[in-house]
Amino acid sequence: MSGPSTYEPKTGIERWLDSRLPIVRLGWDSFVDFPTPKNLNYWYTFGGILTVCLMVQILTGIVLAMHYVPHVDYAFASIERIDRDVNFGWLLRNIHAVGASMFFLAVYLHIFRGLYYGSYKAPREVLWILGVVIYLLMMAAAFLGYVLPWGQMSFWGATVITELFGAIPLVGGPITEWLWGGFAVGNTTLNRFFSLHYLIPFLIAGVVGLHIWALHVPGNNNPTGISVKSSNDTLPFHPYYTVKDGFAIAVFLLIFAFFVFFWPDALGHADNYIEADPLVTPAHIVPEWYLLPFYAILRAVPDKLGGVILMFGAIAVLFVLPWLDTSKVRSMRYRPMAKWFFVIFLLACLGLGWAGAELPDKMVPGLEAIGVDFLLFGRVLTIYYFAYFLVILPVLGFVEKPTERPASIDASVTGGKSAAPAAAPAE
Amino acid sequence: MTDETQTHDGDGETRRDFIFIAAGVTAAAGGVFTLWPFIDQMNPAADTLAQSTTEVPLDSLDEGMGITVMFRSRPHFVRRRTAAEVTEATDVDVARLPDNDARNVNIEDGAPATDENRSAVTATVADGVEVDPAYARSILVTGANCTHLGCVPTGGEGDYDAWFCPCHGSHYDTAGRIRRGPAPENLPIPPMTFSSPTTLVLG
Repeated sequence: MSGPSTYEPKTGIERWLDSRLPIVRLGWDSFVDFPTPKNLNYWYTFGGILTVCLMVQILTGIVLAMHYVPHVDYAFASIERIDRDVNFGWLLRNIHAVGASMFFLAVYLHIFRGLYYGSYKAPREVLWILGVVIYLLMMAAAFLGYVLPWGQMSFWGATVITELFGAIPLVGGPITEWLWGGFAVGNTTLNRFFSLHYLIPFLIAGVVGLHIWALHVPGNNNPTGISVKSSNDTLPFHPYYTVKDGFAIAVFLLIFAFFVFFWPDALGHADNYIEADPLVTPAHIVPEWYLLPFYAILRAVPDKLGGVILMFGAIAVLFVLPWLDTSKVRSMRYRPMAKWFFVIFLLACLGLGWAGAELPDKMVPGLEAIGVDFLLFGRVLTIYYFAYFLVILPVLGFVEKPTERPASIDASVTGGKSAAPAAAPAE
Repeated sequence: MTDETQTHDGDGETRRDFIFIAAGVTAAAGGVFTLWPFIDQMNPAADTLAQSTTEVPLDSLDEGMGITVMFRSRPHFVRRRTAAEVTEATDVDVARLPDNDARNVNIEDGAPATDENRSAVTATVADGVEVDPAYARSILVTGANCTHLGCVPTGGEGDYDAWFCPCHGSHYDTAGRIRRGPAPENLPIPPMTFSSPTTLVLG
């Protein structure tokens, strides 16, 4: 998508098509001959894995919609029917439900990869922002989809999340009624959630197109964070990265299949196999694992509006991250201090997930002696979460002394041995 | 071409400006009018707005008993409180409550959250019906969705012997008032009418 095209149509038909719709040229320049840094490690395979995840969700989702009934009286039963009576329904539903978790697992690894190697920095700010947009759309799709089975967690999850908007001063009440289409989560709500759940994956596919476009203008970042300087630093995408991505996808699908076939309910909640009941809230309601850190941030604040602002702020801060990190060095491989703050940040995010899963007044195992309950635990980690973006990264750029970086991507791989050919004409 | 336009300079540009602004305004207004049906269709529909009333027979309730009824698609607590519970709620200094607003649509807005202002004493009484004030005082009807994020609190729990919300730890007292936790408001009191000495109509 950038740079001079190397595509040469070989047959008459290709030439005919190329002068009318150069779609083969686009594919060739984007996914065959696209110059890619030659030092990409396996953390860089999650883009391809995520594309597979999106396709799996869309395909299984389209067929599940052929059997699902978006009505409060039938939704729960229609899911059971899919599980028991529809041919291979059990398989398709398990793939779709497990697929949501696998999608988030992959996207978190993809995001943390970007955070560690500084992939959000110039000239990739727009690429990063588009990624955060996709992540937001994913969370919306996951939330809406979780409501559809109309179990207890579906209903109460929908109630709690939509009531968040009630915290907005003045317009909060009208907005929640607008979201519900009534005075509580009900049939109207389920109908529209189904409609939107079907829409969002296609929006995601559109933004993924922009994400890849924005990737192909500056090209891939890489573990050294050093820009590509000569063709010696790169390899054509095909076959080198199609094969590497393909292998990673195969391993990923093995893990995916393990959950689908052997442990399909491991990542869900048993309460969601009880049909929705507006009269009884389950004793312990929690979101799906991939939203737990944000739930912990929400609970960390004793004030309703404050909690909501902080929770949305946790995602909003990602949008401005490219301008918060003041360091000139992209990759944390060469940032001796940032590297450790990053590790703590990673642990803090995992800890927030843990805090979100537990009751707030329960003591943290191992910290009972000093009286730390999960509420306090979550509060401390919330402070670190925001400090990482708003204090640590802005300040580190000025106080940290980066270690020596290799002269080029090529030098980092070969130790400089192929430096001589680099000086020669590239081809 | 350039000369041509320059000859019509003065009025030509004014006319063009007018057409440009008029077209822009028309497009913008048209856009808003087109958008509005798509936004408004999500608001509660006419049949949803045609809310019914819920009749609650109280004679089956002994002292200290409570039931949960559905009113306007939301659960509501109906409780006949013991004398001790009423006293406990009455003895609270309302000025020190997190929310000193009765949140009761049966009385004027912003009335203080005293136990009297929260109880069914504030209910309208139908013509020709005699209600024992002490009995009405013991009845408490509130919305059953926590004012934090809408979970249904469990009864007989919490630090104030009434309701405790398991979701995020809000404690309510025997008058359904928020005492501790993240919930910002007291549980709301729905519109109530005594249609007989022991029948309460919500709505």
